[in-house]
Amino acid sequence: MTATVGTPLARLEGPAKVTGAARYAAEYPQDDVVHGWIVQSPVPRGRLNAVLADPTADAIAVLWHGNAPRLEPADDPELDVLQSDRISYRGQPVALVVAETLEAARRAAQVLQLDITAEEHDAVLRADHPGLYTPEQVNPAFPSETASGDVDAALAAAPVTVDVTYSTPALHNSPMEPHATIARWAGDDLTLYDSNQHPSGIAATVAGVFGLEPERVHVVTEHVGGGFGSKGSARPNAVLAAMAARVVGRPVKLVLPRQAMFSLVGYRTPTIQQIRLGADPDGTLTAIDHAAIGQSSRILEYAEQTAVVTRHMYAAPNRRTGHRLLRLDMPTPRWMRAPGEAPGMAAFECALDELAEKLGIDPIELRVRNEPAAEPEGGTPFTSRHYVECLRTGAERFGWAGRDPRPRQRREGDWWIGTGVAGAIYPTMAQPSTARVRAVGDDFEVAIGAADLGTGARTILTQIAADALGVPVDRVRVRIGDSTLPKASVAGGSSGSASWGWAVTGACRQLRETGGDEAVFDTTELIEKQETEGRHAFGAHFAEVRVDAVTGEVRVSRLFGMYAAGRILNPRTARSQFLGGMIMGMGMALHEEGVLDPAMGEWMNHDLAGYHIPAHADVESIDAAWLDERDDQLNPMGSKGIGEIGIVGSPAAIVNAVWHATGVRVRDLPVRLDKLLCAD
Amino acid sequence: MTRGFIRHFPGNLSEVKLIVNGVEYEFDLDPRTTLLDLLREHLGLTGAKKGCDHGQCGACTVLLDGRRVNSCLILAVAQQGAEVTTVEGLGTAERPHPVQRGFLDHDGFQCGYCTPGQICSAVGMLDEVKQGRPSAVTTPGDDLLSDAEIRERMSGNLCRCGAYPNMVPAIRQAAGE
Amino acid sequence: MKTFEYRTATAASAVLAPDAAFLAGGTNLVDLMKLGVATPDVLVDVTKLPLDRITDLPDGGLRVGATVRNSDLAADPRIRERYPVLSQALLAGASGQLRNMATTGGNLLQRTRCTYFMDPSTPCNKRAPGSGCPARAGDHRNLAILGGSEACIATHPSDMAVALAALGAQVRVESATGERTIAVTELHRLPGDRPDLDTVLDHGEMITAVDLPALPFATRSAYRKARDRASYAFAVGSVAAALDVADGLVRDVRLAWGAVAPRPWRATTAERLLRGRPATHENFLAAADEELRAARPLRDNAYKTTLTRNLTAAVLTRLASAGEAR
Repeated sequence: MTATVGTPLARLEGPAKVTGAARYAAEYPQDDVVHGWIVQSPVPRGRLNAVLADPTADAIAVLWHGNAPRLEPADDPELDVLQSDRISYRGQPVALVVAETLEAARRAAQVLQLDITAEEHDAVLRADHPGLYTPEQVNPAFPSETASGDVDAALAAAPVTVDVTYSTPALHNSPMEPHATIARWAGDDLTLYDSNQHPSGIAATVAGVFGLEPERVHVVTEHVGGGFGSKGSARPNAVLAAMAARVVGRPVKLVLPRQAMFSLVGYRTPTIQQIRLGADPDGTLTAIDHAAIGQSSRILEYAEQTAVVTRHMYAAPNRRTGHRLLRLDMPTPRWMRAPGEAPGMAAFECALDELAEKLGIDPIELRVRNEPAAEPEGGTPFTSRHYVECLRTGAERFGWAGRDPRPRQRREGDWWIGTGVAGAIYPTMAQPSTARVRAVGDDFEVAIGAADLGTGARTILTQIAADALGVPVDRVRVRIGDSTLPKASVAGGSSGSASWGWAVTGACRQLRETGGDEAVFDTTELIEKQETEGRHAFGAHFAEVRVDAVTGEVRVSRLFGMYAAGRILNPRTARSQFLGGMIMGMGMALHEEGVLDPAMGEWMNHDLAGYHIPAHADVESIDAAWLDERDDQLNPMGSKGIGEIGIVGSPAAIVNAVWHATGVRVRDLPVRLDKLLCAD
Repeated sequence: MTRGFIRHFPGNLSEVKLIVNGVEYEFDLDPRTTLLDLLREHLGLTGAKKGCDHGQCGACTVLLDGRRVNSCLILAVAQQGAEVTTVEGLGTAERPHPVQRGFLDHDGFQCGYCTPGQICSAVGMLDEVKQGRPSAVTTPGDDLLSDAEIRERMSGNLCRCGAYPNMVPAIRQAAGE
Repeated sequence: MKTFEYRTATAASAVLAPDAAFLAGGTNLVDLMKLGVATPDVLVDVTKLPLDRITDLPDGGLRVGATVRNSDLAADPRIRERYPVLSQALLAGASGQLRNMATTGGNLLQRTRCTYFMDPSTPCNKRAPGSGCPARAGDHRNLAILGGSEACIATHPSDMAVALAALGAQVRVESATGERTIAVTELHRLPGDRPDLDTVLDHGEMITAVDLPALPFATRSAYRKARDRASYAFAVGSVAAALDVADGLVRDVRLAWGAVAPRPWRATTAERLLRGRPATHENFLAAADEELRAARPLRDNAYKTTLTRNLTAAVLTRLASAGEAR
């Protein structure tokens, strides 16, 4: 049998997706379905005293805290919807309207009058805010601060130093499919057709909120129109739909309007990051200090791990990382593709470029010079680390050699042209999951409650199972996207393939060894025994940009990513994921920003015309390649996660290239034309 | 072929006749119903997607009398007698339209949610190219299907997964068929 | 969206009910109705009227029917040859899909994309007169530096209208009380203390056509737009220009700016300064500066001054060199 893992098998759900047959959450036909529409708070802080429904509006029900069923308190207070009069951010759901039709629901929500007592609010993250504090941990459970050596003394003694502050704005995941739920009750059994990254987890969470046994909640998540972290746990739409369906006794469909997604489903926290570097004239780093500030809401502490990435990247004897957090009358930030790593490396890799400029050393050589032999903090050996090879091979393929290090040297017509580089890293993780395999005649059915958000999970798990069973892929049918299947971990942290593939491999091998009809494999014990340090994927990003001397507009002429990310299970879907991450990184570098109005406590550009994600025309020459790496210490496949590393480093490569083109260091992302135009 | 289709709504209703994927339908509609909601909620044709509901993403793109449009901004009641083609009307898994085949051959999608809109848009776009219509990047005499042309002409369809680079060869392949 | 009655217009001269609105392509109006910004009781669909043709005028100009779709107008060979600035402006706007829907009249009458105007949960003097303007202190990066007032600094978002302003187009209007013609540069009001009134049109007045005057040197015209991504985004600055150069001197020039004012901004001061002067980059910059002396930028939109100045000089310089090369 020739192995199928490592071959470019086309996505199994491809034909269904290109013909419109693939069903997403809001697309399951239901008899007697009614429509819900969320009413959001127009103030960032205050109390809702009453709602006044227009009697001429065709609403079946108007739910608010004054009449909504009581829920069990959730671990995530954001799910305690319509339980209190307290308004903690603008956009918080304060009522839900249910009507026979979508049109009627929307209108009834528009004319619903809210009696609100507004209070003073605070919406702006700033470095001198007295409310800043050091959280106990940062996402998910890292120490908030680390330190070794004497950073201040080393900085004072260093011949060359950089002390810069970078800021990144609020960013919005903006998957193309809005968060959506259809909820249907049959007695105490609840079915949710829900768009999420974790059917098993959503089922458990929603069951808890309604005081049900977990097995009474059935979550169906066959296809998901992207999530990028924003669908990693239950969002208010799931609970609200279930609540409304219980009240009206009919299935309820609830799709978040695009505008509501900006406040309701999480976002990437804005950050303010001070980075201080000390180096010897030969480029050897003597001190690294990365201090990050982020925000969270009043109702939940989410502390993003912005500076954690710096603990793993470069060697230096004196080092410090730390996080401070500010609670504001703003929505709760949450995971967005590479939380922590993306903004942390955007700032750090730009700061390193500034150091290279000061030292007069090529930015690649500077990175190579500070390559650590083991984890810079703690000294755990790396299971594999081919960062330098990524830089070297990537430089060769990109055509880095002979680059004039001086900025603002290359001009073609109206365009200033420059190139930039930045490193990338993403932790390799696996999380406990269970898979089941059954022999069905000559074929095999593999079942695991995983979710495919467009990652290719369904396809890759089929390949993994086929190889483990020693059969061709057409004899394997993989079932995912359903909470009644064996429990799987979240599709997040670039850990899906490793976590689920491990369980699938285990089940298939067991079936093969025992020769039975069915095998079930739970990876919990194996994973709990694993070391967690020293496990990362690495990469290097290279960008060539051109900047219009007339308008300041930036275009990315070339973007290239070179990765060492373990065994690539399917080069076709992997390449797409790498490129997708890099393109989102381009958005982070150049386009994306939640534009806050402090007085409103809202990002005013809360739609896809105001919040610019990259369009077709923004993406010119782009490619990804990878080293032949296999790391058998990690999991049976020898794979690392690839879903997020593309957005780690690609923003800095672009920002560094903009500097090289223009001589302008833009330290507050995104690099928009106004910042370049007015810098001269 | 005519299929009657009646649904009761509060308020005033408007009679609308439409041909969708070659089938004639008659509706009594709430005049507020958009073409997109008509397709998705009333006809069960969920291929056309609702990404933003405001003409800012292109996921709802269908062909209206042969031209690509954003169905979320079209009132069904204003399209009396019009012919609508959705992704379901272009091809099937067994016999895909050349653009659908191009997307399959080149992995021109990831999550798939923008995909039907991308495909309908590409079909409409290729027809515009055939008619010699210009785009913002056209300079007379140039290839209307250069990479830059395809990207500009497809820019009304956002893809958050970033599958854009694979859609360009997918569309070019379809153009050659 | 509020419930409405849908009617089909039978004649441009029909009487329009008090709370009625004309519906054409719908790309803006339907959007605003969904948002609850526009709440007409009656929609009168004008797309069935015979206003969808482009016809030659005796003087060499063109008459563009009000319901000609943006994509059809941009692709018309006569437009591309005689008024390239207009074709380019249309193609720089929106997307292929939206251009297939949007009409000439509707494009002119589209409303600002100021984020406060679009969001009924915020104050806005244009949407809710007297409620205030948070944009002055808040999000105004893409709002007006010219022609605004204390009450409103909204910008008109159209690309097409900027080209029409440069070309000196005339808007033909009809209603139950008769017909009239309005210069496109006079169609949109400056907000003053009545920002709720976008245009000088009376209720019931319908745009039936836009007349493009004969302008032989408009064969040498161009539109250039700067925006926050490469496509499918509103302008943050734009310039429409036509230039007639002879012996290195500006014989005539038409210049209009987009994304800087509540209306397409015809830069008449700059034009006057340039006529008869050498067609040099320095003179173009100086003329733009003179026009921009009226600019009143705020905290986050001062870049528009630099951007507009740069765009103006770049477009005119290119037109000048193309002109001399002939």
